This record gives sequence, C-alpha cells and structure tokens, in this order.
Amino acid sequence: MFTGFMVNAWQVGTIVAVVAGVVGFFVVLRGAAFPAHAIPNGAFAGAAGANLIGLNPLLGLGVFSALAALGIGGLGKRGRPDVATALALVLMLALGAAFLSQSTQYEPEIYSLLFGEILGVSSTQILPTLLLGLASVLAIAVLYRRLLLTSLLPDVAASKGVDPYRVDVMFLLVVGLATTMTVPVVGALLIFSLMIGPPAAARTLTSRPGAALWLSVSFSLLTIWIAIAASYQTNWPVGFYVGVISAAWYLAARTYVRTQSFLVLRRRVI
Amino acid sequence: MHFFLEPGFFSNAPVRTALLLGAVVAAVSAVVGVITVVRSQSFAGHALTDVATAGGSGAYYLGVGALWGFLGGSLAGAGAMELIGVQRVRRRDLATGIVLGAATGLSALFLYLDTTVKATTGATQQILFGSIFSVSSSTIPYVAIFGGLVVLMMAIMRRPLLLTSLSSEIASSQGVRVRMVGVLFMFCLAVSVGLSSIAIGSILSTALLIGPAATALRVARSIAAATFLAIGLGIISTWLGILLAYDSFYWDPSSQGLPVSFFIVAICFVFYVFSGIALSRRRAQETRRPVATDSALSAEGR
Amino acid sequence: MSIDDKGTPPVLEVDGVSVSFGSRNILHNVSFELRAGEFTGLIGSNGVGKTTLLRVILGLQPISTGSVRVLGAPLSKRSRALGYVPQKVLLDPDVPMRARDLVALGLDAHKFGFSRRSATEREKVEEILVAVDAESFADARIGSLSGGEQQRVLIAHALISSPKLLLLDEPLANLDPGSVQEVVALLHRVAKDHGVSILLSAHEMNALLPVMDRIVYVSNGRVASGTTDEVVRSDVLSELYGHHVDVIQLHGRIFVVAEPGTSAEDVPEHPRYQVD
Repeated sequence: MFTGFMVNAWQVGTIVAVVAGVVGFFVVLRGAAFPAHAIPNGAFAGAAGANLIGLNPLLGLGVFSALAALGIGGLGKRGRPDVATALALVLMLALGAAFLSQSTQYEPEIYSLLFGEILGVSSTQILPTLLLGLASVLAIAVLYRRLLLTSLLPDVAASKGVDPYRVDVMFLLVVGLATTMTVPVVGALLIFSLMIGPPAAARTLTSRPGAALWLSVSFSLLTIWIAIAASYQTNWPVGFYVGVISAAWYLAARTYVRTQSFLVLRRRVI
Repeated sequence: MHFFLEPGFFSNAPVRTALLLGAVVAAVSAVVGVITVVRSQSFAGHALTDVATAGGSGAYYLGVGALWGFLGGSLAGAGAMELIGVQRVRRRDLATGIVLGAATGLSALFLYLDTTVKATTGATQQILFGSIFSVSSSTIPYVAIFGGLVVLMMAIMRRPLLLTSLSSEIASSQGVRVRMVGVLFMFCLAVSVGLSSIAIGSILSTALLIGPAATALRVARSIAAATFLAIGLGIISTWLGILLAYDSFYWDPSSQGLPVSFFIVAICFVFYVFSGIALSRRRAQETRRPVATDSALSAEGR
Repeated sequence: MSIDDKGTPPVLEVDGVSVSFGSRNILHNVSFELRAGEFTGLIGSNGVGKTTLLRVILGLQPISTGSVRVLGAPLSKRSRALGYVPQKVLLDPDVPMRARDLVALGLDAHKFGFSRRSATEREKVEEILVAVDAESFADARIGSLSGGEQQRVLIAHALISSPKLLLLDEPLANLDPGSVQEVVALLHRVAKDHGVSILLSAHEMNALLPVMDRIVYVSNGRVASGTTDEVVRSDVLSELYGHHVDVIQLHGRIFVVAEPGTSAEDVPEHPRYQVD
C-alpha cells in the first residue's frame, strides 16, 4: 500500500488535507459552509469546459473557481447571500453538465470530477498541487487577523479601515484557490466535507483559536489517510470514506462534549 | 418561427409527458420555494437535493424506481438535519453541511457500485442531471398526488408557517407550535425536492426551488402574490427549457442537443438577474427624487 | 474649527452634517463639538438617528453635506483615534476564541501576518482585562459569556489600542438598573484612568446624569448640544421637538414630558422592510 502509484496518492492527499484543514477552519468560523460547497461546484463546470476545448483542466478549474467566488461575493452583496449562492451553484453545475454532454466521455468524466480520483493521481500532479497548496496557506496566514476580526466584529473592523466585504471576497478567492488544487484529487463534491467536518469537530474541543487550527489540520490529515487506506483495501471510492469520516468526527466531538458536561453536572449533584 | 418551434414538438409523446411533469414539479417547487427563501433555508433546500442524490443512486443500485429513491433519500436527509440541527442559524448550517457531506459520500459509493457491479452507464448523468424526456408517463400520477399533498399542506399551514418564518419568538408567544411547523415544512421541502429530482435531476432541482421564488419575492408585494408569480415563472422556465432543448437537437444535427436541465437552470438564473437589475433601477429612481430641505441647505448627493 | 485653552483641537467636530436615504432625511444640519476628556451622552428615543450619527462619525455612513473631523483632521479610515463598541454582537457559542484572544485582536487586527504576540502585548491585554473587571472570565469562550460580560470584553477590545474617543452604541439598553449603574461607573472610571473621551448613545439620560459632562440631544434628525443645564430646558427642547414639552426635575432625576395629545417620544421612522 505504500509503494508505487500509492506514494503519489499519499503525498497529494497529505497536501490536500493540510489545506482543507486550514481553509476549513475559517469556512466554519465565518459560517461560509454554503459558499464553500458552491465554489467547488463552479470548479466542476470549469474543468468540464476546459476538457471540452482541450485545455488543461487546471486552468478551467482556476478560472471558474475565481468566477464563482466573485459571483457569490458580488451577487450576495446586492441580494440575499444564500439565494445568490444557491443559484450560482446550480448554474455552474448546469453549465458543467452542458459542457460534458457535448463530449463523448460524459459518464466517467462526471464521476471523477465530482468525486475525485486520488488513487489515479500521477506524479506530475504533485508539484502543482504543492505549489497551489502553499499559496493557499500563505494567503490565509497573511489574512489571519483580518479574517478573525471581520468574522466576529464586522462593524468594528470597518471602523478600523478593514473592509469586511473586501476581506470576504479575498477569502472566497482563497477557497477558490484551495478548490483548484483539491478537486482533481478529492472531487468537487467532497472537498467540502474535509473543510467542514474536521474544523467543526476541532472547535468544539478547544476554545483557543491557534489550538483549534492545529486540531483541524490533524483531524483532516487523519481523515484522508484513513480514507486512502480503506479505499485501497476495499476498492470503494475514497470520496465515500472522506464524507462519512468527516461527519463522524463532528458527531464524535459533539457527543464527547455533551457527555463531559453531563458528567460534570452529575458530579455537582452528587 | 421554425427555428423556435421545431417540427413535431407537440405531437411528440415524451415531450408531452415532459411538459406535464415539468409543470407540476415547477408549481410545487415554487410554492415550497417561496417559504424556503423567506426562511433563509436555501442551503438546507440544496443540501436535501444532494441527499436525494444518494437516495436516487441507491435506488438505482437496488433496482427500485428512481422516484422512491429520491423521495426516500430526501426524507431521510430532512430527518437527519432535524435531529442534528439546532435553532441557532450557524449550527443549523453546520449540521446541514455535515449531512450534505455524508450524503455525498454515500452517493459516491452507490454510483460507483452502479457502474461497476451493475455495469450500467449513464447512472451519474441521469440521476444528478436528469433526463426528463425519458421519464415514463406512469410516474405522472404519483408525482401529481404527492405534489398535490404538499401544496395542500402548505395551504393549510400557511398562517402559522408565515408567522414562524418571520419571527419564531412572536409565533411561539401566540401559541404556535414552532418546532412542529418547522418539521412539517421540512417534510414538504423534502417531498418537493424528491419530485423535482425526477424531472430536472437531483443536483439541479435547487434551481426550480429557489430561482422563480427568489425572483418573485423581489418583485411582488405580498407572499401570496409572490407565490402565484413564482408558479408562473417556474412553469414558463420549465416549458421554455423543454422547448429549447428539443430545438437544440435540430440546430446542430451532429450533436445530441443540450440537456433540458441546463436550459431550465439558465432561464431561472436569467430571470433572477433581470429582476435584480429592475430592482436596483427602481431604487436608484427613488434616490434621485429631490429632497425637501429647509432653504438654508441644499442637499448634494454624495 | 475652534481651539480650546490649551491650544489643541477638539476631539470631535461635527459640522453641518446631513444624511438622507432616498426621500427621507435622517440627519439634518447636525453640528456639535466634543472636548478631550469629556463624557458625552447622545440622547434620544429610538429611530431618531443616533445610530446613523455614530456610523457617520465612524466613517461607515456617507453624508450628503457637512464634515466630520477627529482631532482636527478629516476622518480617514485608518485613523486609530476612535474605538467602537457596537450594540449587539451575535456570537456563536462554539467560536474557538477566548475573551483574552478577542481583546488581543484589538491591538493588531489591522496587521497582516501571523506573528506571535510579545510579552509586552500580553501584559497590556492582562492590564486592560483587569481594568474592566474581566479577569475572572478572560479564558472562557466569548460565545458562552453573558451579555454584560461580552460588553466588558468589547470595551476592553476597543480600549486596548489607546483611542482618544470611545463610541458606544446603546450599551445600556436591555440591562437591569443595577447593571446600568455598574457599566456607567466602569466607563467613567476607565475614561479617567486612560484619558479617553466617551460618546455613548442612550434613550434615557438619567443613569448618565452623575457622570455626563455634555449632552447631545437628538430629535427628528436635529440636535441640541451643550451641558445638561444648557440643553435640558423646556425652551430648548420645545424648539427641538417642534412642539411644547416640559422639563421636570424630581428627586434628582429629569423627565421630559409632553402635553396631552402630543408625544415626547418621537415617531420613529421604521425603514420599510424589504425581502431582498
């Protein structure tokens, strides 16, 4: 399991998990679950379109992720953000479907774009993934404090000259960047799970932002590693394991916290 | 005119089925969609479509009819969200996301099994993106019955539903069972999603749910007016989409035409964007009206 | 622009400011000045324009006419002379942030990067937490704090960057009378200790009478400003309201009372609720 083509899968998976853990921490903090789900779907359309005209799918992924991020940010400013996100999302998916319908490789193409093909990752994909991943993490590091402040106290941030809307668009673009590098690996529909489950679990377990960030990355890494191993053994898709394990982390953390407080209560009563 | 209404449109049986099915689904989605938007539950509505996908792909694997798979998945998802979710909006969104993620994982598994074990192709495409022209007309009675049930429930619940959607605190102070209304609404939402998945594909049914509803709400002056407008917009979008898809088959004989769902989604989106432009034009006109000030001041707009 | 005896410009100058939304005038030719070290109450009933005025001062609301100067300079977004405590902050109980972390953000939120905080910075955080009586819950999650506790954390957050003027939006609303007294005393003490001017909006002036140096009284988008004795008088307020009101002093408290048939409460203009 640790030789040959699997080495690529382990490497790429690790990079993806780190990025998802870092970006996901802020996705959860900002309540941006919906955009985080929508942007990868936009990426799906881009990859399908690029495939159709024979361009490098990464290009399509990148361009459409950015468009989705800007669209959601822009439309959301004018109208309700959740409506804007939903409509942008479905439009992108429909576009992707339309593009794919024109190509001959309809079925397997859709599946791999939506659910990923991590076990089929080639060694040439590792370097671009690493670079994009570094860029994403770096962007988050630079924006770290502004992200924190605008997430919690947008008015106060505005009064200090930090425009919450600009920070939001920049954040969505970073999500787009993270998406570009992860969709070929985990698929458009499942990168979302990695960005939600592990960070949500992490923050229920600790009250310190730095610790929550580290925990988020750790859980995310464990998720991908277990998913890759399980997929190798059972031949079932990695995406299935990622989705289910991410959910499991969250449920486990919530149960743990609830039992803790229940036990504390009982001790007090006795 | 020939370009627009290609020959044989109305005499084509699958087309007639599609038009009827599409209209019913669009109407039901619009009714439920208006309340979904007012309650800011677009994310939950979309998440249910992803869970419906899992149901649909599972049904495919088990050889059960797609409609039951969509409905079952959607209802199970709604139940899960109710169980995990909590009143507070942020936690609700997180719970929705978690369910979505798990359901998508399940979809991945089922679709994989569909392709490998059952050796069928086109499962992903059909389930996710729909193929309204290949739905059998025997589905229509079921869709109509369930759709009618949903519309009836929404009509009966409309006053408590409206009140809880605007303010759950005021509603509970007036004795409305807020939680129960919420659960019943989720039920209607789940069924509506299940039904539209058959027509437009599970993943794209959000467009029919949210698009016409959001457009109508921007323009209409009351919830009732918005509902009727949304039904109209939904049916127009669906029929126009079916027509264009049929036509596209003839425009370029070498291709297979563009999918119906694509057209329907695109039309819904265009309506929404246009309504946004109309709305901002209207608002701009209001600001340009001269302001009554006292003589010492002249208000200069900045 | 006027200069006080020490030759320094006023902390805040609002001059002829008007704000309108469409055909509605929210603020109309508003002018007043605040001096250093003063505790000023921005008093008026709900919907008269208090929050709009605060937002104008913070630079969050564009104005149709007039100007705002902070310490003699036009308001630039990067000015750190202002601290702001918003009225209500909806905090998710799961947010992984302690009170201490939020206060520390007040020091460096505008900075880019990810550096660790120095010992001096951490000491400063500790100091401010003590000053607002928040050390007992400094390490608790901000989402789990009560409204009053959260408010103290927000005050500490605003104070830590040593602003010259602290703006608070309705900090006393929804507090019981005991807590109101506590917060007012806290603000007064903190203002004196840190040399900060305070502008605090409220719809009831009595709790502030012991500490207020100046009052800016708002009614229907217009203001009257000065000391309490100068402003809270029948003639001044009647002119402001546009109809006759009486000012009655009883047991050290002030009541503004209207004639039967009129109201001393302004009719608030509720913005039309739009679905989009």
